[in-house]
Amino acid sequence: MNSYKWQRYTFAERLVRYLIYLATVAVLVWSVSDLDIFWPWVWDAPVQIGDLFARMSPLNLSGLRQIGAALIETVHIATLATLLALVLALPTAYIAAQNTTPNRLLLWLGRLIVVSTRSVNTIIWALLFVAIFGPGVVAGILAIAFRSIGFIGKLMAEAIEEIDKRQIEAIEATGAGKGKVVLYGIVPQVLPAFFAVTILRWDINIRESTVLGLVGAGGIGLILQSSIDLFDWQTVATILIAILGVVILGELVSAALRRRVL
Amino acid sequence: MSASSPGLGRRTWRRPPAIANPYLRYGLYAAVAAYFAWATGSLELSWARVAQGVPRAVAIFSRALPPDFSRRSLMVDGFVESIQIAIVATLIGVILSLLFGILAARNVVPRAVYLLGRAVIAVARSFHPIIVAIIFVKAVGFGPFAGVLTLIVYSIGFVGKLMAEAIEEIDPGQVEAVRATGGGFLKVLAYAVFPQVLPRQVGLSIYQLDSNLRASAVVGIVGAGGIGGTLMNSFRRFDYDFALAILIVMIVIILFSEAFSGRIRRSLT
Repeated sequence: MNSYKWQRYTFAERLVRYLIYLATVAVLVWSVSDLDIFWPWVWDAPVQIGDLFARMSPLNLSGLRQIGAALIETVHIATLATLLALVLALPTAYIAAQNTTPNRLLLWLGRLIVVSTRSVNTIIWALLFVAIFGPGVVAGILAIAFRSIGFIGKLMAEAIEEIDKRQIEAIEATGAGKGKVVLYGIVPQVLPAFFAVTILRWDINIRESTVLGLVGAGGIGLILQSSIDLFDWQTVATILIAILGVVILGELVSAALRRRVL
Repeated sequence: MSASSPGLGRRTWRRPPAIANPYLRYGLYAAVAAYFAWATGSLELSWARVAQGVPRAVAIFSRALPPDFSRRSLMVDGFVESIQIAIVATLIGVILSLLFGILAARNVVPRAVYLLGRAVIAVARSFHPIIVAIIFVKAVGFGPFAGVLTLIVYSIGFVGKLMAEAIEEIDPGQVEAVRATGGGFLKVLAYAVFPQVLPRQVGLSIYQLDSNLRASAVVGIVGAGGIGGTLMNSFRRFDYDFALAILIVMIVIILFSEAFSGRIRRSLT
């Protein structure tokens, strides 16, 4: 028997791995030591979190009607915002796709719209629209819609860039104008992607619309915030469970829709 | 084709409708229209207030331009804190999500554990980080610690779910091979499960670092540390020029982080 011992990695591989580990630990140490963390609160956290959950039971079901109405409003915001976003995102996708954009200037404008709307979080859009239109569902719908423009626009632009060029050429060869080319050459090719992206975004938007109320932009977040401010943890728990239910329901509906249309 | 067929040459082609059944097609259109009417009717949409908003929008944007980058130290502190929150939360969150991924994989744990693991991941996924942040701020006080906890939950929800799915798709042959050598549960994990899923885990972790960075920029709005708090304050004090400067830097950082994470993930595969 020789003394050869099986090892998964060579010496060099192990060295690189340990260096990566070391760098990771160094970054972690830097972050933790530099963060403004009050350690007594950290050690106390499990007790505090346990205490919070203890105060949440039993559930307070007295506000159930109000919660139900707010949830329906939340779903409406998500749905209307998704529809509005589609109206705004499809032209954006058209000019942001390299093969359909009319000229370079519009290409960059399309990309700018996609990047800036996508990188600004929904809640920040909501802050802005609440400042403009005042608290209410209008601000909420616009916030969700604007955040969705970049998302839908980017994915649809990618879908347009991946289409089969020969179909466009075939339709152009029949003498069709620009509108006909879009309608018969591009739309049928990107329709599956369109449905997939729309359903995905609607699902995400339901989740996002649950927090709009925290900055005054309508939906269930409004009564969540007021219950938290009143330390009414039993109602908070009821609202959280209701949100969980709606989000899971939305996920089931979108999964079913996806199976249906794709 | 015979020349006697009537109407040849005048026949026009019509695009086949997306839904073949006309009842279903028009029924669907009617349902969408009815929903639209119901939704817009039940929400308190006031067009007068929308119209009032236009001059206010002009006022806000005229105050926001040009963006004010002068309060640099405030901005640097906020962004560094956001990045640190994202890093700490990603490292802890990714380790925990590997654990929850195992607990939620049908093929490696008993059914009761699987259901529990799935439930934890479903709950973590369903709540928006801002809601989680509010709860943690109330539980452990204002500051970055609440932000770190929030993003750990966020990471478990996303990475945990995809890890569980990755583990469920592994090649069972390798598990059997390690078991045949007499390896116990931990040996099976270390030599049969992890080698198959770790490349995916590394890719997901880097993706999650990017997601966490985005989320860490907003959890501050509810007091969980980072640049979000600074942004919220500047908004409340009508310092729109400073807010715009923060937003511009935020977009640039997010773009860099996205490009960086995309490049690393491409080089991994």
